[in-house]
Amino acid sequence: MSTAERIITIAAVVLGTMVTRFAPFLIFRKEPPKFVSYLGTVLPYAVIGLLVVYCLKDAPFTAWHGLPEAIAIGAILLLHRWKHNTLLSIAGGTAVYMLLVQKVFL
Amino acid sequence: MKRKAFRSALPHTLPICVGFLFLGISYGFLMRSKGFSFVYPMLMSLFIFAGSMEFVTVELLLSAFHPLHAFLLTLMVNARHLFYGISMLEKYKGVGLKKLYLIFGMCDESFTVNCTAEPPEGVDRGWFMLFVTALNQAYWVAGATLGGLAGYVIHFDTTGIEFVMTALFVVMLLNQWEDRRDHRPALIGLGASALCLALFGSGGFILPAMALILLCFTLTGREAAA
Repeated sequence: MSTAERIITIAAVVLGTMVTRFAPFLIFRKEPPKFVSYLGTVLPYAVIGLLVVYCLKDAPFTAWHGLPEAIAIGAILLLHRWKHNTLLSIAGGTAVYMLLVQKVFL
Repeated sequence: MKRKAFRSALPHTLPICVGFLFLGISYGFLMRSKGFSFVYPMLMSLFIFAGSMEFVTVELLLSAFHPLHAFLLTLMVNARHLFYGISMLEKYKGVGLKKLYLIFGMCDESFTVNCTAEPPEGVDRGWFMLFVTALNQAYWVAGATLGGLAGYVIHFDTTGIEFVMTALFVVMLLNQWEDRRDHRPALIGLGASALCLALFGSGGFILPAMALILLCFTLTGREAAA
């Protein structure tokens, strides 16, 4: 990507974010339609699922077919069940993954 | 008046400060390790100011140029902000021009504080909410910039550091899983995306996945309304 293409991509993300933040104040003066409210209660949960898959999209096609990713996610599950600390689970899971891809799965 | 509002806003933002510095530094450091100048995380945290989407944007910047795709993905990822806006229609009324910045900076954490915390008596509500939002953004931009700068000084093998984004979303998924008894939305998100990944491959699954998720909710929404 050239610098101009990078700037356009970032601008598209800024625009998308601003649309989602400003739209309610411009469109819905009162209650939004029922379907829109329903989407509001379910979409945030589905999108996180989409983002997890998005992050892992290339993993099955690598040399180890996603094994380091699976182990690191297992570590996150255990760590999160044990300490229930969001930042610790993120840091721990990343450390486990880095260790695996640097030292174990070469 | 402003000083008083600042003093009452600050304690509400301190817990967020820790999280934002940690994630901001990780984000800035990640961008630097992928070869971007620190100016990128600095300006992106300033202008996008939506953490999840900034992590995703790193990935977008490293793949093929497709601005419409980037725009649509942003709408989807940040769709929750629509509902923050709806909840804040009343609260943001009557604060003058400050409203523009309050809406611009309405990230998850600023929304949560502004939605739930009441400023003490005698403190101007508009300024209180403005300082909550501005302090949160300051922590985030500071973290992202510091992380980007740290990338020039600290050198170690960063192979695999991009997993911080996966870890972030997995933990968010776990937290949401515990918060909610109905797991169908999360399962629809995971299932529809995995199915589309299998069908369309990693290059082009995002748009069909978004369409399939919306289709599923059109069907379940009808059921929920009936």
